[in-house]
Order: sequence, then structure tokens, then C-alpha cells
Amino acid sequence: MAEVTQLIHQYLRHNKKFPLVFCPGCGIGIVLGSLVRSVHALGIPKDDMAVVAGIGCSGRIAAYVDFNTVHATHGRALTLSTGIKMASPHLRVLTVMGDGDALSIGGNHLIHAARRNIGVTALVVNNFIYGMTGGQCSPTTPFGSYTHTSPQGQMEKSFDVVEMARAAGANGVYRGTVFHAKALDGLLQRAMSRPGFNLVEVLTPCFTQYGRGNKFRSPVEMFQWLKDHVVPREVYDKLDDKAGKIPMGIFVENDEPGLEQRHAAMRQALADKGGAGS
Amino acid sequence: MTAKRKPLYTVVIYPDWCKGCGICAAFCPKKVLRIDHQGKARVDREDECINCGFCELHCPDFAIVVRPRNGMGSSFPEPIPGTAATPCAPPGAAASPPSEAAQSPEPKKA
Ligand SMILES: Cc1ncc(C[n+]2csc(CCOP(=O)(O)OP(=O)(O)O)c2C)c(N)n1
Ligand code: SF4
Ligand code: SF4
Ligand code: SF4
Repeated sequence: MAEVTQLIHQYLRHNKKFPLVFCPGCGIGIVLGSLVRSVHALGIPKDDMAVVAGIGCSGRIAAYVDFNTVHATHGRALTLSTGIKMASPHLRVLTVMGDGDALSIGGNHLIHAARRNIGVTALVVNNFIYGMTGGQCSPTTPFGSYTHTSPQGQMEKSFDVVEMARAAGANGVYRGTVFHAKALDGLLQRAMSRPGFNLVEVLTPCFTQYGRGNKFRSPVEMFQWLKDHVVPREVYDKLDDKAGKIPMGIFVENDEPGLEQRHAAMRQALADKGGAGS
Repeated sequence: MTAKRKPLYTVVIYPDWCKGCGICAAFCPKKVLRIDHQGKARVDREDECINCGFCELHCPDFAIVVRPRNGMGSSFPEPIPGTAATPCAPPGAAASPPSEAAQSPEPKKA
């Protein structure tokens, strides 16, 4: 364990103000740690990483990491990522989005990025709410949960991010939580080392905006909730009573080539024919 | 508990970065840590630490360092001007699901 924290410091931008801007006990810091450990474990040089983040608390991750970074506009992180990957296929592109970012305003981009199978890793930081703007409900707010815009309980059904990504054709689909940080490292490494569009949903507590309104007394209780309710997929599948449980792990893993690989192959084919491809 | 043996691991809190969220104290299996009256994590029973790494992995603010007594150098969170190719063992590399797929084709930066 010893050097974990020390290691993370090597990937942070030291001209930024610390501690992190996040609220006490916010899981986004753990996501940031996992991201850094995963990049290190894969041996990816800093200059080969491109982190594109949308707007939201989770988007702040891009400001802290010493990679190539873009803090995109709200909802458009995947559009920028698509352009970056097509123009510079050698970059490992990691797109960090909040649940609102990825599924409300950016929902259309998400399904089309999955359909196109662009070689980008999408990290959807799901805290079940719009954190940054003060706690409005998001498309992942669980049915019946309280938020500032659903004071009587959310009346709408919520998206299952994993099922949505699967239906849209994503090459890889994973779910982890910040409580299961070691497992999350594994999922992230896997997602980042595979071709095409890979999506990792990370469940993370937002005590400030979500927890307080939903009978949690501290961030610790929200971590305990993750511990009690999220189980590995293999265990989940065998449960008789699945009510209230959430599976995590690997959901989809295909080996289809990414859009940028298909594009390169097409160019090559045209060049071989002596066409305008090269 | 009363038997005085030399702690095998040092657990260091970096108070400037700690926000007192209590995650480390709540989930430490050996109750090594607690939140003090100033709202910061404090190392109470260092000799009980089993180096499970939970606190280090789950501190959202990178405010904890756990390291073996006989470890080399200080891992106190001072800014370290670093490159991507670090001498550290890849933490988490042996984490649960992957293993085969986790290898990157890129060479490490010299
Ligand atoms: C085009 C546009 N519309 C709306 C906003 C306001 N806005 C900023 S962050 C945000 C939602 C944040 O929620 P989420 O994406 O879930 O991220 P979190 O803060 O929870 O991590 C919104 C609506 C914006 N910045 N730009
Ligand atoms: S508002 Fe929520 S998501 Fe944003 S920093 Fe605070 S705890 Fe984290
Ligand atoms: S987990 Fe980190 S920030 Fe939270 S109380 Fe412990 S040392 Fe402080
Ligand atoms: S490494 Fe494990 S046993 Fe040691 S202080 Fe941290 S959580 Fe407790």
C-alpha cells in the first residue's frame, strides 16, 4: 500500500489549490485516485492521456490531473472526445461526466458515441443528482428519492446506465462504486485497455445534495449503503431476492474495432488502391 | 493491546488536506483512526494497523499515507516532481478482475 498516496501526488497539478474543492466525504476524490492508479498501472505516459470532462462537480477532475485535459461544455465532453480520438488515435481518451452531464444534456451524444464505437473510455460518475447546481433531480435519481426539484419524491423512472449503454451498442460496459475502490481500479484498467467505446459507471455518494435530503446522516452512512447494497454481478445473479440490490462488475465485453480503427483501415485500403486515401 | 511492540507500519495524516469526513475512521478494520475534536483524522493505535490499505485507498482527499516501518524514504505527501515512469510498484495492478488484458502496448516513458 505504501506508496499509493505518494504516487497520486506525482500525477496531480501542483499549481492547483489543495485540498480538492469537493465537499468532505465526496466520492469524486476516490474516483480521481482510482483514475490515477489505473493510468499508472497501465504504464500510460502522461502525455499520451487525454482527459475530457464536462461541467459538474465531477468535471473538476480534469483540472487536477497532469495529463492533456479539456474542461468541455456541459454535456459535450463526448463530442470533443470523438474529435480528439479521430484526429489523434494514439491518445488514450478518457471522458469524465456526471450523470446529468452524460444522460440529460449529453444523452444523445452518449448513445451515438456507443453506436459509433469510438475508441474512448467514458467514466460516468453517478451521484444520482445534479451536484454542482444545487441538487436538482437527474435522469438517474432513483424513483421516490427527494431532491430540490422533486420535494415530494421523484415521480419519474430512472435510467439504468449499464442497460442503456448496452442497448446503444457499447463495446464494453462496467459498473463499480467508490466503496469498492480496488475493484474499481480493475474495471477502469480493463475499460481503458480495450478497443472501441467502453463505459464505466461509478456509483458515488453526494452527501451535500443527495444524502441530506434522503435520510442519510453522514457521508459515512452513504458509503455503508454502497457496501450493503452493491454486490458483484456473479453474486447478484444467484440472489433469490434481488430487491434493493445493485450488481457491479463487467456487463458487456466485445472486441469490435473502434471507429478510428475502421477509419484507418479504410484510408489504408484506399491508399492501396492508389486512391486519394493517403 | 497493552503489549508494547514496535508498530510495523506508520500511518500519517496530512492535516491540511484532511476534511474530517470520517470515512477512514469508520471503516478501518482495526480502529486505528478516529476523528479528533478539531474535526481531523488522528492516528490512535498505530501498532494495531495491518496495512490493509483501506484508509489510503478511500481517503477522498489523499490525506493518509500508510507505509511499512522499514520502508525507504518518506512518503509524506510533499509535492513530488515526477514523470509517468515511476519506480513505484503499480498499485492496484493485481486488483480483482483484470490481469491478462491489463497490459498496455505503450512503452514506459524514459
Ligand atoms: C449548457 C449548460 N446548461 C446547464 C448548465 C448548468 N449546469 C452546470 S453543472 C449541471 C449539472 C451537474 O450535474 P451532473 O452532471 O450530474 O454532475 P455533478 O455536479 O453531480 O457531478 C448543470 C445543469 C451549464 N453549465 N451549461
Ligand atoms: S455537491 Fe456533491 S458531488 Fe459536488 S462536491 Fe459536494 S458532495 Fe461532491
Ligand atoms: S478519509 Fe481522509 S479526509 Fe476523511 S477523515 Fe480520513 S483522512 Fe480526513
Ligand atoms: S491500513 Fe487498514 S488497518 Fe491500517 S489504518 Fe488504514 S484502514 Fe486501518
